[in-house]
Order: sequence, then structure tokens, then C-alpha cells
Amino acid sequence: MAMAADAPKDGFRLSMLIYDTRFRAMTIQVVVLILVLLGVAWLLNNTIVNLAAKDKDINFSFLWSRTGYDIGQALIPYTNDSNHFRAAMVGLINTLVLALFGCIFATILGVFAGVLRLSNNWIVGRLMTVYVEMFRNVPLLLWIILFYVILSELLPSTADFRASAALIADGKPPLASMSFGGTVALTNQGTNVPAPYFTHGLGSYAVGDFSINFNFLAILAVVVVSFLVNRRLVRNARAVQEETGVRPVTWWKSLAILILPIAILLAALGLAFDIPVFGKFNFAGGISIAHAFTAMLIALSLYTGAFIAEVVRAGIIAISRGQSEAAFALGLRPGRTMSLIILPQALRVIIPPLISQYLNLTKNTSLGIAVSYLDLRGTLGGITLNQTGRELECMLLMMAIYLTISLIISSVMNAFNNSVRLKER
Amino acid sequence: MTAMQETFVRSEMLGPSAPPISERGAVKWARSNLFSSPLNTILTLLGITALFLLLQGLLPWLLNGVWNANSLAECRAIVAANAGEGATGACWAMIRERWHQFLFGFYPSAEYWRPVLAFALLFAALAPVLYAGIRRNILMMLGAVTVCLLAALIGLGTTAPHLIQATVLMAVLIAVAVWQPKKLILFTLLYPAIAFFLLWGGSVWSPVVAMLGFGVLALVYRFLVGRLGVVVATGLGFVAACLWWMFAQTPLAAEINAVLPLGLTPIDSDQFGGFLLAFVIGVTAISASLPIGILLALGRQSDMFLIKTLSVGFIEFIRGVPLITMLFTASLLLQYFLPPNTNFDLILRVIILVTLFASAYIAEVIRGGLAALPRGQYEAADGLGLDYWQAQRLIIMPQALKIAIPGIVSSFIGLFKDTTLVAFVGLLDPLKGVTQVVRADINWKGIYWEPYIFVGLIFFIICFGMSRYSMYLERKLKTDHR
Repeated sequence: MAMAADAPKDGFRLSMLIYDTRFRAMTIQVVVLILVLLGVAWLLNNTIVNLAAKDKDINFSFLWSRTGYDIGQALIPYTNDSNHFRAAMVGLINTLVLALFGCIFATILGVFAGVLRLSNNWIVGRLMTVYVEMFRNVPLLLWIILFYVILSELLPSTADFRASAALIADGKPPLASMSFGGTVALTNQGTNVPAPYFTHGLGSYAVGDFSINFNFLAILAVVVVSFLVNRRLVRNARAVQEETGVRPVTWWKSLAILILPIAILLAALGLAFDIPVFGKFNFAGGISIAHAFTAMLIALSLYTGAFIAEVVRAGIIAISRGQSEAAFALGLRPGRTMSLIILPQALRVIIPPLISQYLNLTKNTSLGIAVSYLDLRGTLGGITLNQTGRELECMLLMMAIYLTISLIISSVMNAFNNSVRLKER
Repeated sequence: MTAMQETFVRSEMLGPSAPPISERGAVKWARSNLFSSPLNTILTLLGITALFLLLQGLLPWLLNGVWNANSLAECRAIVAANAGEGATGACWAMIRERWHQFLFGFYPSAEYWRPVLAFALLFAALAPVLYAGIRRNILMMLGAVTVCLLAALIGLGTTAPHLIQATVLMAVLIAVAVWQPKKLILFTLLYPAIAFFLLWGGSVWSPVVAMLGFGVLALVYRFLVGRLGVVVATGLGFVAACLWWMFAQTPLAAEINAVLPLGLTPIDSDQFGGFLLAFVIGVTAISASLPIGILLALGRQSDMFLIKTLSVGFIEFIRGVPLITMLFTASLLLQYFLPPNTNFDLILRVIILVTLFASAYIAEVIRGGLAALPRGQYEAADGLGLDYWQAQRLIIMPQALKIAIPGIVSSFIGLFKDTTLVAFVGLLDPLKGVTQVVRADINWKGIYWEPYIFVGLIFFIICFGMSRYSMYLERKLKTDHR
């Protein structure tokens, strides 16, 4: 009878560290650890020596000194007397605003393009294919620069809006006029849009550097409450449907719940619009949106939209044909098949790549450098870095912030993904 | 009765009558593809309107294009003279005058044959990898490369000696492919040194001595492997090679060069630009990032806690920051992290950082390929008694890489497009760098559609071509039956 041989017990030899699977993993990890520590020590040592040679240190106190530069698009109060930290915050908010709007527009565009590319309409399908391939295969930077150049070189200059004496004498209108019923002025300097304000708003309360806007809080509260109420309504309707088989009509109730309260609130606050008007030389009133922002937004939305279109298309194709055939066999109409059978399943396939598209878009906002859009990279990693000469600190901070944003987006979206994922045993 | 028997019996079948006009040909196609429902009809009309508006603006502009002019003003004058006042027309004359800058940057025009030859040799080096020893395919590829190379060199007006050298070189490669197609892989291994020598020039001995470092590695390995085993021998060989590069490289190369000076005109990195730069960065970064990416992907799947943590940390960090911050690290921070007074080339620094960046993305793509393999493949490899690296080399990687091909190619396309970002650290990329140079010229001031269309078109052709090729490859390598 053969006996299973025990592991040899003739003591420990040095070569067992490499050739014995019991120890090998440990050996490798220890060697790697030593190498990594050596590498890090080498880098740190170099950094310290280099910093000493340049008579510099690592110090973040520059964040609290005066900046002395202006930022065109500042969504929180900022002047050139503010400190570098606040400038970085302004930049961060600009990054986030661009990323948020970009994601929204890109999603809308991408879903439309993706669905239309699969439609049986030949001409629309081909047009969408052209759009998707054109944007996917050309660098984003080209689109950003191109849109920026088009906006700032093709649009009329502000002077063209002036009704000069000569033109009035001839009875001619000015060379350029405002668009959208005289509310929006598109000039080569920027886009002037109406600014909303409240005639009897609730005011705001200042806490240190930041101020709390009560109008905004009230609107937010009303929107959240009406969404909750609407959800309740839909859930009730579903319960009734499960019980009786007849779904009560809810669309007008939903609409009323979602729109009426916010409309009443806005009316009570006295919502009004400050429409830009052409003064002597330039437009006064309204909000002026720089072309840097507009060009970035258009380019990012179109570029990422093309990628999202492919994601959506792949998601829909991934649902097996049997699913829609089964739905037709049950007597569902094509629209219902799409909304009840295909899309919920396709969503599961779509979400993971969609997350990475959102992440890409957010990281791509840093290309604002091409059109001098002052986002996080433009303020903290651009002007502040150049002014203070603190490359190490600025770059570290900037990387940390981008990393945090990416991690937050991916964790939020992953949580969403887990909530819609197919629940398996 | 006989009359009764003469009933009419058809002796041959009647041909089917044609389907109604609404069910055939163009009408049927239009009905089912364009006007099948009210919504579809609206979409069709919208699409046709969009197409019409696009063509209405674009066609006259394209058709009135001017190829022979010396400035934008002259272009416009010619358009106005040909097509009447107020007509629009493209000014392609700018491309005619400046195309070489878009392709090569400020590379000296007398040396254009070098990047072109290096580019052609890239395909020659790829051939043995793509067609693993299949003589016919390799020969076809080498033949095509030779023809294109000679055509390009003659088109660029290369002098006869260089032309002959290039022809001889290609002839040697073809001869090797005919007699010993397997040996051609040696050329692939030598290609980085050859390309470096061709592009940057200088003494031929630096790359030769650098390559000898690998010879030192092999020698030490061969000498020690019998006594100390594979791992230790490789490690010591690597240490010896590093010592060679650190201490023997520079003096030895200088020594030989003093005895036998042989080389090409050195070209400074500042003179690189345009698509040459994009290719140098893109190709180097992607080929260097593939092995690193494979190691990172394996590290991420490893059971060893430390290896796994390090891999995950590295990958997630790189994927969490924009490429621009990596480029700024290359241009601003690397001087802090390296020993004092090391000052090396900006292109090289950018390539290193871009390689690290790409390897994190490649690692994720390959991890996807690894995850898609059924568990049984790993178990079968274990069951055959293969060790870890044998299993990876023979069973896992060939399948995982095959699954990962589309992802790898799209990473490469993304990386190639991202090479345009090097403009922000002061390199002359085709899109922003060169276009800015052109637009700054007084003759071409105010031109914007043409340079962007030209550069965009080249990018489109390359990227679209690559993505189509990867789809073809995917279909060709598909072995499952579905």
C-alpha cells in the first residue's frame, strides 16, 4: 500500500524560500516590499536634495495669500484680493459645473444617437453613424479648439449690434441682432443670456467666507418634496394595478405635483429676468457666458455623446432577440416592448461603461487649458502654480482633488449599478 | 369521347407575375426603410433637411477650393474671381505649402528619409509578430512596405545614396524572410534601437553599446543558470546589465566612436513635431505599456496581498487623474524626483509618463480578458502540471489577449488621439502646435477650417482604419461556434 509521502522534514534550506510554494509568496512579497521602499526612499531623497538645492520647502501656506488675478467665470464671490484657496475653489466649481452639464447633455445626445443608429430608418441611421464615427476618431482637442475658433471668429462683434447714426439715417437695422426673441446676444466676446433674479427673495445669510442662499434652499426643498410625493403617487398606482389589473390614470396628477408647487414658489418669490441690453459700447445686464465655457460644453457633449451612443447601442444589441419576440408574443406594442422589456435589461449592460464615460468627461474638462477656461487646472494648476512657483504642492493638491472627484463619481455610480443589477443568488 | 379527352393541361409552369409596384425595388425599399410610420417619415424629412443644409454650405466651399496660392488673401481673391463675389471657397494652398510641417514639424527637410524609413521599418518589425512565421504573409507585407517606402522616398526627393541604402536594407530583410522567416523576430527586437538611431541620429555606437547590455544579460544568465537556477540567474543578469548601462555605456560608446566615427546628423528633440511626434510617442508608449499592463493585470489578480494592493493602487491612481496632470508632472515635477542635475529629453520624459498612463488602462483591458476566461482553463492548466508562468504563457494569455484585442486597440486609438495634449508642455503636436505656427504666419493669418480639417482627416483615417482592422482581427481570431 502506497503511503502519501509527508513533506520532507530535513530542515530548512535557503533555496526553499524560492522553490517551495509555502514560502515563495512570502519571499516575493518581501523582496517587492524592499524594492518599493527603496524606490520611494530614493525618490524622497532626490526630492529633498532638489528642494534644498533650490532653497524651497513643502509648505501649503501660499494658499492663504492674495492671488491678484481675476477669474472671468466665478460662481462664488471672488475678487483678485481673495486668496489662492478660494481661487482653487472657484476653479473646482467651474470644473464641476462643466462636468455636470457635459454629462447631462452627453447622455441625452448619446441615448438619442444610439437608439436612432439602430432605427430602421436608413437615412437617420447613416447620419448617426457618420456623427459617431466622426467624433470618436478625431481628437477631442480638435473639437474644442475648432468650436472655440468658430464661436469667436464667426459671430458678430459687439460693435455690429450698435445702431449707428449712419444706419439710422438710412433706415437700416444694425448689422447684427439678438437671437431668441431679443433675449440672447451672441457676440464674438461671449454669449449674453438673461439672468434670473427674485424681486422679493428671501435673502441670504453669511457664514464666514460662504453665504447660504435661502431662495436656493427653498427651491431645493420644494423640488425634493414634490418628487417624494410623486413617487408615493406612482407607488399607489402600481399597488392598485397589482390588485385590480387596471392602472389608474396618473399622468396629469404627476405633472401637477411636479410643476405647480415650484411654479407657485417662483411666482411668490417674484422671479424675473434681467435681459441683456445693448448700451453704448457693450451689453449690460444678464449673464455673460464666455466662449471658453460654451466651446468646452459643446465639444465635450458631442464627443462623449458619440461614445455614449456606442455604449447604448451595444447595450441594446446585447439583449437577445428572444426577449423582444416574447414581448410581441405577449401582445406588447413596440413602444412598450422598448420601455418595459428591452431598456431595463439594456440598462444593466449600459451602466458600467457609462460610468467610465462620465469619468472620462470629467477628466477631459482639464483640456480647458486649450481655450483658457479657468477650471481647477487653470487656477490651482495654472496661474497659482506659475505665480507662487510651488509646483510640487499645486500638482499634488490638484491630483488629489481630481482623484477624489473620480473616486466619488465611480462610487456613486457603482452604488447605482448595484441597485439595478440583476439580483443573483 | 376523344374530344372530351383533349382537356387543357398546362405542360410548363407559368412564371410568377411581378410583385405589385409598391412591393419591389426602390419603392419597397423606401417604404420600409424611410416611410414605414409617421415618426419615421418625420425623421426622414428631418434627416434630408439636415443633409441638404450641410451640403448646401459645404459643397460650394469644397468645389471652389484653391490649391495654388501664396497667401489667404490671394486665395480669397482667386475664389472671388472664379466663383463671383461673396462665394466661399477652401484655401487648400496652405496645406500644399505647409504639409511637411504637419507631418514632420521642424525636422530638417534633407533628413525626411529617416523618419519615413523608420516608419516603414516599423511595419517590417511588426510583420513577424502579426504573422508568426508564416512566410507568405510576411513576404507580402514586406513587399508592400518596400513599394510604399520607395514611392514615398522618391516622392520626397531623397538623394540616390539613401535610396540605395533603403533598398538594400529592405532586400536583406526580404532575403531573411525567404530563407529564415523565424529569424526575423530578431529584427523586431532590434527595432527600437534602429528607430532611435534613425530618428535622433548621432553616433551609431550608443544604441549598439546599449543593445550589448542585453547581450551581457544573456551571457550572465547563460553562465549562471546551471548553478543558481532561473530566478537568481535572471536577477543577477539584470543587475549586470544595469551596471553595464550605468558605467560602461557612455565611455565605451565614446571610445569606439573616437576610433571609428560612424553616424547620422544628430537631430534635436525640439525639431520633432507634427504626426512624427504623435507616432513616436504613441507607438513607443503603447508597445512599452503592453508588457507593463500585462504585469499589472496579473498583479491585480494575484493572491499576494502586497502585490495586489500595489497594483490596484497604481491603476486606480493613474485612472483617476487626467493625462494633462501626468504631462505636467513630466515637464515640472520629474526634475524634483530624479537625482540632481539629471536633465534628459522632454520627449523621453513625456514618453515615460504617457507609458505609465497607458499601462494602467491596458491593465484594466487585459483584466477584462482574464476575467472573461472560464475558470476551467486555469484549472486545466493546473491539472496539466504547468507552473504559473507556463500556464500564463501557454494557456491563459493567448486566450485573454485575444479577448482583449478590441479593448487594446481602442486604448491605442485613445492614446494616439491624446498625443495631441503634449502641445501643453511645449511640444509641437500636429493639432495645436503646428496649426498655431501656421496660423501665426502673416500669410495664413485667419485661416481655421482648412488646417483643422486636414489634421482631423489624417487622425480620422488612422483611427478609423485601426478600429476597422481590429474588428477584422476579432472576427478572424474568433474560434467559438455561435
